[in-house]
Amino acid sequence: MAAELQSVDQVKARLAEVGYLADEPAALVSYLAAQLGKPVLVEGPAGVGKTELAKALSRATERRLIRLQCYEGLDEAKALYEWNYRKQLLRIQSEARDTGWETVKEDIFGEEFLLERPLLTAIATEEPVVLLIDEIDKTDQEFEAMLLELLSDFQISIPELGVIEAKSHPIVVLTSNNSRELTEALKRRCLYLWLDYPDAERELEIVRLHAPDLPDSVARRLVEVVHMVRNLDLKKPPSIAESIDWARALLLLGAEDIDQSVLEHTMSIIIKHRTDLDMVAERVGVKLTDGLIGRQSA
Amino acid sequence: MDSSDASRRSGFAPRLLEFADELRHEGMHVGTSELLDAFAALEHVPWTSEEDFRSALAATLAKSQEDRRVFDILFERYFFRAVEREAVERGLAEHGAIEDGYQGDQNMLDLDSLRNQIRNAVRAGSDGEMRDLARLAIAAFGREGAGSGVIGVDVQRIRRTLGLKGQSEQDMAARPDPDAVPRERLRQFERHLRRELERDMIERTQALPPARPLREFDRALPTNPTQDLAQVHRVVMQLKRRLATQGHEMRGRRRGRVVDVRRTMRASLETGGVPLHLRYRPRRPRRPELFVLCDVSTSVTSASVFFLSVLHALHDSFRKLRSFVFVERISEVSEVFERERSFKAVSRAIATDSGVADVSGYTDYGRVWLEFYEQVIDDLDPRSTVIVLGDARTNGREPHAKAFGAIAERSNRMFWMNPEPKLYWNYGDSVMAAYEPYCDGVFECWTTKQLEGFVNALTDQRATR
Repeated sequence: MAAELQSVDQVKARLAEVGYLADEPAALVSYLAAQLGKPVLVEGPAGVGKTELAKALSRATERRLIRLQCYEGLDEAKALYEWNYRKQLLRIQSEARDTGWETVKEDIFGEEFLLERPLLTAIATEEPVVLLIDEIDKTDQEFEAMLLELLSDFQISIPELGVIEAKSHPIVVLTSNNSRELTEALKRRCLYLWLDYPDAERELEIVRLHAPDLPDSVARRLVEVVHMVRNLDLKKPPSIAESIDWARALLLLGAEDIDQSVLEHTMSIIIKHRTDLDMVAERVGVKLTDGLIGRQSA
Repeated sequence: MDSSDASRRSGFAPRLLEFADELRHEGMHVGTSELLDAFAALEHVPWTSEEDFRSALAATLAKSQEDRRVFDILFERYFFRAVEREAVERGLAEHGAIEDGYQGDQNMLDLDSLRNQIRNAVRAGSDGEMRDLARLAIAAFGREGAGSGVIGVDVQRIRRTLGLKGQSEQDMAARPDPDAVPRERLRQFERHLRRELERDMIERTQALPPARPLREFDRALPTNPTQDLAQVHRVVMQLKRRLATQGHEMRGRRRGRVVDVRRTMRASLETGGVPLHLRYRPRRPRRPELFVLCDVSTSVTSASVFFLSVLHALHDSFRKLRSFVFVERISEVSEVFERERSFKAVSRAIATDSGVADVSGYTDYGRVWLEFYEQVIDDLDPRSTVIVLGDARTNGREPHAKAFGAIAERSNRMFWMNPEPKLYWNYGDSVMAAYEPYCDGVFECWTTKQLEGFVNALTDQRATR
């Protein structure tokens, strides 16, 4: 499968085909991940398309996406594997009296009683997949340590069964919002990619890709406004997905231009906190009326 | 990969190891496994593209944003120096070449056309052309008055002579200036100038200037007031997280545990389906309740801005947090922070509305404890963590350490952060010693780094009482 991705430019082109405009480093690191078979650790602020990168990779390589959403208290029973104890109990109880203990013991720890959780599924399938471990920083360090075996050797040790080795080699993408420092051991096993908000040019391309019918002047103005908003000290700066949503909304409304009133009516699409709304209305809305930005379209 | 590539790599491997060594000197963790990855990655990227080469190295060697910054600085420096050293060792000199080449067509090349050429090249953004023209420009203007000897000054002088002006992209779009060039590109051109000047100097002196370790200043992320605040936000996020996940003592752990049926059944299989061993649900750490007391008197004015930003950031991260400011009286400001988002507005509101300094303007810690005790004691419970930010300078007044002790008694943990260096504690009117015995920890705290240290100590700390 890895042969499908033959050069950095090809990766970039493929990702663009499936609707993800990657910048140079993102394409390069994805390419290296496929070539070297190493997991990628993607860090960056919320809403820059970290998760989307993994999804796009799965579409671009036509592999299935297996997603493990991390949260506090996630443990191996929910991430790796679990014994199906109900079935095991039934098996024990349905046992005729004269069956020896030995046979039962052999039986109930067979693959039949094993419940596959995302991580085990990812390496046990014949078809190679893309494995997304989302928001790894939300888990605790113990969980990280548990991942190490999987990430470096692509195998999982189950005490009762022995070592299960990968039948196929997944592309692994880990994302982190940087809310805590990850352990050195984990980082050592990964390629590192820092994604940031795109510059105006690239964001404009992204908006155009997802809302092709939006007039050019409006799209340009939209990107300018979003960039201005991101420069404020907000609780939650608008993500790329939100600028796309906004573009689509403006398209629906048939907006010809973004002025103060349009902004005030629609800005709840990109701003999700009341205090942030006030601040944006105050700082950005005023500039729009004064015509301080977007003068070239006038 | 053909043989020429292989031979080139054999010459390159030691270079990369040297580079890794420099990275280690700057405190990055570059292990053998990282280096192996780097070599593996380089097999897959073209050698000719500097951008790809650098990204591939960065992805394998620099594993955080801070590291990436150090990496970028060192990358520039190392590979530039490596080439130069080679040149000095082999006695190669381009020195003459520039001058000869220039003198050869001096008559044809007048300065105005050079200016135009450079401006066009900068606009077009062609790297190679910019580099060549930078050398030409140095040859033409660089040695007037033999240069100042300081490279930064020379770069700016040449830029001015060339009449190059930078303009940001937004301005370009709004108000195109025929003489201006994009600011980013201009920087790129200046970088070329700088490099060529450095190269020139190395050739003249036949030696490399000593490599200096990076200063803290270079290493720090770019700063301006809002970014400083962002850094504080980050540290506080960490504080919150660690409070939530760790540092909760085993106190009362055996009481009231809930049996986890699923895991008990699972364990019972080892004993033939008879649940001999009970399994319990892991105890979720409880939410910390924070009470923060912040000194805003004049003796700590310089630190109080920092305090306030800490308060400000804390407020965003905790759900249950009550914050107080005090000088000689105490005033709850939790609401101010809920209402105001901008840092300036908060400072103003606290300065004008809180009414903490209505008598003499001198801090009175004793009175503050009494008031705090009176107002808040009923809300304090064994889950509360109290954090005090202040210099413990009472201006000669009664410290009322007993009242402070009573507060500490009612709460789970008590921490004190002092904005003065430890050396000054207990000198003059500082009564740190009176309060220290009641605290679970006392910390110096006048930089973000120390704040981070506080966060670490907070999580390691086991309650001793």
